[in-house]
Amino acid sequence: MKKKIISTILCASMAVSMFAGCGGNTESTASEGTAEETAKDETAAAEESADAEGAAETAEGGKVLNIYCWNEEFKSRLTDHYPGYTEIDATSGTIGDVTVKWNITPSDDNAYQNNLDATLLKQADAAADDKIDLFLVEADYALKYVDTDYTMAVSDLGIDLAEFDNQYQYTKDIVTDSNGVLKGVSWQGCPGALFYNREAAKEILGTDDPAEVQKAVADWPTFNATAEKVKAAGYSMVSSVNDTYRVYSNNVSSKWVEDGKINIDANIMNWVNDSKALVDAGQAGTHELWSDDWSKGFYPEGKVFCYFGPAWLVNFSMAADSEGSIANLGGWGATEGPQGFYWGGTWICAAAGTDNADVVKDIMLQLTANEEIMKEIVVQDDDFVNNKPAMEAMAEDASYQSKVLGGQNPLSMYCAGAGKIDLSNQSAYDQGCNEEFQNAMKNYYEGNASLDEALELFYTAVQEKYPELTH
Amino acid sequence: MKGNKKAVRYNKWGYIFLIPFIMVYVVFQFIPMVTTIYNSFFENYMSGLTQIGPRFVGLENYKNLFAQGDIGLYMKNTLVMWIICFIPQILLSLLLGAWFSDVRLKLKGTRFFKTVIYLPNLIMASAFSMLFFTLFSDGGPINSLLMQIGFISEPYKFLSNVGSARGLIALMNCLMWFGNTTILLMAGMMGIDTALFEAAEVDGATSTQVFFKITLPLLRPILVYVMITSLIGGLQLFDVPQILTNGTGDPMRSTMTLIMFLNKHLYSKNYGMAGALSVVLFVITAVLSLIVFKVTGNDKRKG
Repeated sequence: MKKKIISTILCASMAVSMFAGCGGNTESTASEGTAEETAKDETAAAEESADAEGAAETAEGGKVLNIYCWNEEFKSRLTDHYPGYTEIDATSGTIGDVTVKWNITPSDDNAYQNNLDATLLKQADAAADDKIDLFLVEADYALKYVDTDYTMAVSDLGIDLAEFDNQYQYTKDIVTDSNGVLKGVSWQGCPGALFYNREAAKEILGTDDPAEVQKAVADWPTFNATAEKVKAAGYSMVSSVNDTYRVYSNNVSSKWVEDGKINIDANIMNWVNDSKALVDAGQAGTHELWSDDWSKGFYPEGKVFCYFGPAWLVNFSMAADSEGSIANLGGWGATEGPQGFYWGGTWICAAAGTDNADVVKDIMLQLTANEEIMKEIVVQDDDFVNNKPAMEAMAEDASYQSKVLGGQNPLSMYCAGAGKIDLSNQSAYDQGCNEEFQNAMKNYYEGNASLDEALELFYTAVQEKYPELTH
Repeated sequence: MKGNKKAVRYNKWGYIFLIPFIMVYVVFQFIPMVTTIYNSFFENYMSGLTQIGPRFVGLENYKNLFAQGDIGLYMKNTLVMWIICFIPQILLSLLLGAWFSDVRLKLKGTRFFKTVIYLPNLIMASAFSMLFFTLFSDGGPINSLLMQIGFISEPYKFLSNVGSARGLIALMNCLMWFGNTTILLMAGMMGIDTALFEAAEVDGATSTQVFFKITLPLLRPILVYVMITSLIGGLQLFDVPQILTNGTGDPMRSTMTLIMFLNKHLYSKNYGMAGALSVVLFVITAVLSLIVFKVTGNDKRKG
């Protein structure tokens, strides 16, 4: 009898562990079958609802405003500058009687987009309070969302497009779909600059005056020559060769993908050659951006001469809040660098099917067209806002000083840069191509592969991400 | 005949008790498996937010999979990393298992140590690899330590060299799994009749002789079982290299395992290619399982 009881218990526990064990790995496979079918239906449904919503515009306000984004930046902008936003806790707040729900998924490993895609595809069937109302996109993949019916045209929200006349044209180009309809807005402009370590500049170049430093980095040959001097003084020119990548990749003359074929622009190849030389001479590392090794240069011990980045890099990413960092001590200087570029930027898009169109409309207007609020953002957060006259006025204003830049007013430099940004060579594949290109070339720089092998690896990796492409 | 009908029959209870298992198996294992095979014959992926396919393409996915020629490389990576993890692991486990199960040694606190060596297995693989990533990064503590004691003058790029990158992955897996293997082997060793050990002792065998002439041969079925389960686990190696190399399998994809390759296809939700790869993996695993079934099931000497 005892034996029987024991064996029953054993059987039961086995069955339970079967349940537990099987649950995890099968979920994904089980959903495979259904996903394909539902995806089709939903595309159709979403189209319908997009049309319906567009016509209905701001009917009745919903109770919950769902915001999808990948970090705290937009949240802090809304908390600090949007009139009427009250924070409840880290993931929620209120605007009037509407509850704001933050759904923050980091961008690592494409997690943000995976989450957003899955939710957008279900948008048509979701309950009103669960529908995405507002989501953020980055320039690299903006077209992926903008060029679909999942994103609502800005004019359908009841906004007069003339409100945005003061915005920089390129910020509108990024979120304009193939039919010429504007589908998103941004409060920031992201013209880039070269941020140099003032201490290092004094030591190496004998001056930390932006105009003088600019002469040492005016174009790529001079930049690379300076790198030698910098190396001799015990500094790296840039933390990682990936720092300079955007500067080259924004000045391309062809798209990543032309007629379904992967295409590597000549300027990208310049990056490869220049970077290989920098790495071989020990003047730059090969770390990935945002890694710990990369951000060591935010502190004086990191011994990095310069970083390339837009306004938000200094304000948001360079450890300005931590004691002892260069940004905290106001030790960075800004200058134009070898070529103009932009990096990132965040666009606000309204999801088709939103039940809070009026709130979304107001957020867009307040943050991206209200000059008062935008000026406040510049002063408090060192951001570069998307408002031409306001920025130009502030560039003239001697009283405006950036703390992290040691009192320099970099705005005139950004203003000049923002006007020059040209986005005619963007494609929906940019994000995948940029990432994989840098990953693949790392092998070449570190001597683990020849250039051809690294290029081959790049093609393989891109085709895994975008099976429809050829090379 | 009549008598048969009247006799109480318990057969139906057998079937009733089987229902939960069958149901769980069909819903969570069998149906997904069949749909995976079914999916592997279709071109079916997402380009951005647009669905491409599903379109029946026959064996096209399998052809692509093998035509690219990379699957062989990933298979090799997986096996190499498994071997350099498994050999030290089995040696260590055998040694510890022999010590723990040896009655003559009268080791104190074996229960404590058994728990301790099992502990690394309880840490999440991702947390463990993040820890190693930080420890062995170019400017990490290991490099500073080695530079301070004057062992190297430049930071050694552990994750940019094939040997060290694979070695690290193997080391982590070894650390995580040797406790588990030790416990399995120990269970096998304790199942051996102590009379045999005593007889050997009476005959004057040394402990080395006892280990090689008695313990090892009698442990064979368990050893084969451990090896095959470890191999199947090794084929599914994913979390550690994925986190450690940030999904790139650097340098030059020399640490990219089969499952990491599978994961690459999920970026575009490419169910066709992922399905084909899964089927290939399924076949390999099935063959290995058949081997273990034959080897342990046909061992007549046990009976």
